[in-house]
Amino acid sequence: MLSRHFGDAGARTFDGWVQRGGYAALRKALAMKPEAIIEEVKASGLRGRGGAGFPTGLKWSFMPRGDGKPHYLVCNADESEPGTFKDREIMRWTPHQLLEGCAIAAYAIGAERCYIYIRGEFTEPLRVMQAAVAEAYAQGALGASALGSGTRIDVVLHRGAGAYICGEETAMMNSIEGRRGNPRIKPPFPAQAGLFAMPTTINNVETLASVPHILNRGADWYKGLSLSNPKSTGTKLISVCGHVQRPGNYEVTMGTPMKELLFDMCGGMKPGRTLKAVIPGGSSVPIMTAAEADDCLLDYEGVVARGSMLGSAGMIVMDDSTDLVYQIWRLARFYAHESCAQCTQCREGTAWTTKILERILAGRGKASDIDLLLSLSESMTGKTICVLSDSCAAPIVSGIQKFRSEFDAYLSGARQPALAMA
Amino acid sequence: MSGTPHGHTDTPHAPVFTGNIRTRLDALFPSYPTRQACLLPALWMVQEERGWISEPAMAEVAEVLGLTPAYVKGVVTFYTMYHTHPVGRHFIQVCTTSPCNLCGAEAVLKALLRGTGCGELGATSADGRFTVTEVECLGACGFATPIMINDDFIEGVTPERVPGILQGYK
Repeated sequence: MLSRHFGDAGARTFDGWVQRGGYAALRKALAMKPEAIIEEVKASGLRGRGGAGFPTGLKWSFMPRGDGKPHYLVCNADESEPGTFKDREIMRWTPHQLLEGCAIAAYAIGAERCYIYIRGEFTEPLRVMQAAVAEAYAQGALGASALGSGTRIDVVLHRGAGAYICGEETAMMNSIEGRRGNPRIKPPFPAQAGLFAMPTTINNVETLASVPHILNRGADWYKGLSLSNPKSTGTKLISVCGHVQRPGNYEVTMGTPMKELLFDMCGGMKPGRTLKAVIPGGSSVPIMTAAEADDCLLDYEGVVARGSMLGSAGMIVMDDSTDLVYQIWRLARFYAHESCAQCTQCREGTAWTTKILERILAGRGKASDIDLLLSLSESMTGKTICVLSDSCAAPIVSGIQKFRSEFDAYLSGARQPALAMA
Repeated sequence: MSGTPHGHTDTPHAPVFTGNIRTRLDALFPSYPTRQACLLPALWMVQEERGWISEPAMAEVAEVLGLTPAYVKGVVTFYTMYHTHPVGRHFIQVCTTSPCNLCGAEAVLKALLRGTGCGELGATSADGRFTVTEVECLGACGFATPIMINDDFIEGVTPERVPGILQGYK
């Protein structure tokens, strides 16, 4: 569905997209009442693909009606979660799929303007999107009267400038407003007072790209795309990276066994290697063991049942050659680098846990370091404005719980130091 | 490009927002309800034009958008892609975050530091040609190791490919 035209350069142009059935869903949507679109998306069971899994139709229904204020749609194309590289492919290959979804969503929530926030490093997706937006305006699909409907729908591309935290929705709004990307305290929620203090909805690229398919083929069809449970419907683009034979993006029906993805579609581990661990939802979720991965179903509930979260479905796969302590340190270093530093628990916690992990790796750890890591992680969970520090704590806590012996090997000196202390 | 690596120039600041560039900035205003919202795009324009964003340039952006220089500096320094000092002609960013680390990014980074003559992270080669930095997750984890040279995004880089890639950037 979403990935059908990946690799097909002809799908990038407006005409090419129309030839492939494009913009029929937008035409259909513009003839519907906005409330009816929201009901259809609600009925489809579509949930946010950026990581949180919040029901999309419900989110849209939070937007006020008839309040006379400008409304905004923000498309989150800041894809920066380690392990995740799916939105990039949607933009590179099917820019009009995304624009059509944005236009439908904007109309449904009463927004005349949609900002697509593209991370600064995505130079090629930005160029492709710029060309697509220009074409969509020239062909009248966007602008003062989208597809001749009399409804104004504008799309503005806004380039980020290098900050993981801007993928957090309130930080993104600050960034568009020309501020530092610090997350905001909620409430107020974006639907009440979001971008420029106006009612705003923020959706991920993949979420919005799914909307035209739902409008075209109906909520029941979409809902039928589920192999395990009615709470996780449709398809999901899964980015697989790390130690598999064939890394890449795979679009699977919700509920597909993880084992099937890793060992059939991705070709399993390199010869002679076995699976050790998987971080299934982008780096911000708990690490899974090979045993947990073995009977895990790829949908929101299925991954939770095996001790982690589906998140953005960026799967980092690690084979038996991996030093888990080293990888957890590298992740902690990522979060320490990306902390916006406004909350103490995050600013201090991400840096401190990184330092502790560094000294363990340098062979200078103390037995009490494990408890210190766990107690810091507790202070970093559920206590800050956004979840960045929770995300740093997740791999640390799950790593200690599930791979304790690797930490102990460094602490006892059984394992040679992997890092030299500066 | 103006200035010398890691130094500040004493030459007076030539305004960036004149002619064409001013026209491009003005064309953005209707897309946003506030001028402040044009700050990130305006900073990109400065960097595209001058290679980096000097304090006088920050002051000029502040003036054009009705902000204070201190405010603009606060925003510039929040975002990693804005350079607050001159960098080499070709700015190289290497992804070394976990997924790429698993696939050998450290060796790619070493090969780049060696091949460019930069020696260490953030330093500019003596001929002013290259600056190499690490970057956190470039969002291309399945195509490890991705690097960026200026605006070029190059996937699947290995230490063996480094000399050939560098030849393309004189």
